[in-house]
Amino acid sequence: MPMDEVAIDHHDSHDHKPGFFTRWLFSTNHKDIGTLYLIFALIAGVVGYTLSGLIRWELAEPGIGVMTQFVAGEGDVAIQNAKHFYNTVITYHGLIMIFFMVMPALIGGFGNWFVPLMIGAPDMAFPRMNNISFWLTVAAFVLACISMTVPGGPGDGFGGGWVLYPPLSSTTGHPGPAMDVLILSLHTAGIASILGAINFIVTILNMRAPGMTMHKMPLFAWGVLITAVLLLLSLPVLAAALTMLLTDRNFGSQFFAPAGGGDPIMFQHLFWFFGHPEVYIMILPAFGIVSHIVSTFSKKPIFGYLGMAYAMVSIGVIGFVVWAHHMYTVGMDVDLKAYFVAATMVIAVPTGIKIFSWIATMWGGSIDFTVPMLWAIGFIFLFTVGGVTGVVLANAGIDHALHDTYYVVAHFHYVLSLGAVFGLFAGWYYWFEKMFGIKYNGMIGGLHFWLMFIGSNVLFFPQHFLGLQGMPRRYIDYADGFATWHMWSSIGYAITLVATLIFFVGLVEAMIRRRKGEANPWGEGATTLEWTLPSPPPFHQFNELPHVSNKGGH
Amino acid sequence: MAHDEVKHDFHLVNPSPWPLLGSLSVVVTALGGVTYMKGLFGLEAGTWWLLAVGLAMVMWVMFGWWREVIKEGGIGDHTPVVQIGLRYGMILFIASEVMFFVGWFWSFFEFAIFESARVGETWDSANALYADGLSRFADWPPVGVETFDPFHLPLINTLILLLSGTTVTWAHHALQHNDRAGAKLGLVFTVLLGMVFTLLQAYEYSHAAFTFDGTLYGSAFFMATGFHGAHVVIGTIFLAVCLIRLLMGGMSAEKHLGFEFAAWYWHFVDVVWLFLFAFVYVVPFLVYGG
Repeated sequence: MPMDEVAIDHHDSHDHKPGFFTRWLFSTNHKDIGTLYLIFALIAGVVGYTLSGLIRWELAEPGIGVMTQFVAGEGDVAIQNAKHFYNTVITYHGLIMIFFMVMPALIGGFGNWFVPLMIGAPDMAFPRMNNISFWLTVAAFVLACISMTVPGGPGDGFGGGWVLYPPLSSTTGHPGPAMDVLILSLHTAGIASILGAINFIVTILNMRAPGMTMHKMPLFAWGVLITAVLLLLSLPVLAAALTMLLTDRNFGSQFFAPAGGGDPIMFQHLFWFFGHPEVYIMILPAFGIVSHIVSTFSKKPIFGYLGMAYAMVSIGVIGFVVWAHHMYTVGMDVDLKAYFVAATMVIAVPTGIKIFSWIATMWGGSIDFTVPMLWAIGFIFLFTVGGVTGVVLANAGIDHALHDTYYVVAHFHYVLSLGAVFGLFAGWYYWFEKMFGIKYNGMIGGLHFWLMFIGSNVLFFPQHFLGLQGMPRRYIDYADGFATWHMWSSIGYAITLVATLIFFVGLVEAMIRRRKGEANPWGEGATTLEWTLPSPPPFHQFNELPHVSNKGGH
Repeated sequence: MAHDEVKHDFHLVNPSPWPLLGSLSVVVTALGGVTYMKGLFGLEAGTWWLLAVGLAMVMWVMFGWWREVIKEGGIGDHTPVVQIGLRYGMILFIASEVMFFVGWFWSFFEFAIFESARVGETWDSANALYADGLSRFADWPPVGVETFDPFHLPLINTLILLLSGTTVTWAHHALQHNDRAGAKLGLVFTVLLGMVFTLLQAYEYSHAAFTFDGTLYGSAFFMATGFHGAHVVIGTIFLAVCLIRLLMGGMSAEKHLGFEFAAWYWHFVDVVWLFLFAFVYVVPFLVYGG
């Protein structure tokens, strides 16, 4: 809705902020907690990104020569240790990026900051529980880091991949305490996310400003609402599976032990019943962010608002019944495969609705190619690439050839590290001024985008070729025939490294120059409630609730 | 932090040390647990004190945090709109608990119904074999496992839980009519019935012919019924806290969210038990042993 239709409180200049330690350690303020989440995600992201650097460094050329420098021993012993070290690097890269970078940034960071602002609420429903969601995420990250450094299997840490399949995650594969600490780390992260999910759902259902019906609610809030429902219903099943794993490892139960009649494939079912919704958990908030950015900079309301909202709802619902497409090669019945192929393909329909609606929003619009808009358009393009390779992989017959190859690696990095992460940077540049009250340098932001766009495509596009040629994922070494595209992939990483440095340069530049931010730098296209507040918003906003008029859009 | 101009009924909570302390205690508990199971940081496996310290810290945080919540409820922070939010929150928490039990039932049904599929039969041949569906349970429990007679202690426990569901409703209605004595009596009965259930369950466990350690049936059985038992204990404590609050003069006929949540939780535990009773105790018994 246009701003003049919104009654806001301008008498908020004298904020009573608590002292430093109380403010940041004991916080009950959604914006401060959002900032904490963003800082945490930056730190965890640097750790996860460093691990991916190790992967690309090792794979830059055939042979095992990089990981050996980080492990003890000489000769063949060093090679053996290097293999386990490589396995732990890919495992923790995946876990850290998912649980401690993307989720904390998109849900914890932007969700906390902007869900209350966009729906006209003074804070989250449970501000104190909000803070334990954050601190439990930190606790989980600390536990994950500890697990990297304690004995696992043949060396320190757990090296069985982020999916934690037994028997690699049983005592057979990793007898040491590393896996147990990792299980408890994920339990902790899960509790944090469940509490956060409850908080978001209650906030959105109960605290919308007068006049803001569900069908007028900004799409980012819709995205976070559906994300939260998925978290609430899928994480407890993972918790059950992890608990079974823990008792199998320590108390003699036989859930996943074939010798005792148990079934390791059941772990895969339980894991992917969580794991598949999890991939939508990572992308739905980004969908919301991109919708706002595309609408703002096309200076048009989003095309097909209701269709956009319910496309996300159907993605969430269908997301619960497609999980076994991650397991086509475990020997499941062909009828079952046929079902999962069909159900998976159905998801392309609501996803297509979203892509085409974004394009239709831009169609005929007066487009401003600002930094966030670049990231949003980049997101749409790259997510589409990842989406169509997803349709390819959805076919069980093709997947028999491509399962666990670099084609899969390329696919999920296109939807996550070029999808979710581009959505994340889009949100960062869209809301930076709003959150911190200072302007960033658009030139640096644009450079960051173009280098990242080129770099990540050079990094991941050749991995499709590697996969089609049969390069398996999670291997430390490969035949010489794969060398060319691996080299290009590593060159792509180097380009993204420069881009990431430029990102930090832009952050530091903005912090030093401190150009004063405006309440609404984006003009008439920015119609959601957060732009009616000063930048940064007062410590407590909406002491008098805004009224949303009937005329308003989204 | 709310200053004088606040014109809405939402609850802006003051800064609190409990979340940070809570997560610290979770780290200590997790590391303590692994130390106990596996040995960590040079401590031998079986070292229990770190786990004990962690659990004590968790208890302390829960006590301190929820005491604050009760105080805030007492001074009027829980306005009608905040109460609606708290209700939503409790419903969602129970929903997540339901999904937790879905995990246990999933593994139980997997073992009970798809036993044959795991030993090499195809979907079609299994369908032909077990055309009537129920006899899919034919391989479960595995041959030689002696299960409990469901119409003995488990049936008594079912009746105990159902009865406790009525006594908690009695207590609730009494409280709504400001009959505090009746509410206390109803709650005393509920707590006692909860304790009797736990004791009978413990008695049954001690007479099991199978173990958690080393057998598939035991794993599935004890995990599902054990987590239910843990929830009964938690629910009993929850109700006992409500009883203590009633005895100390807390809670009113109009506003007693803590009591309502304890009752909801208790009914949830009750319903989970009915599913356990039907599918873990009765059906396999009828198919296999009956």
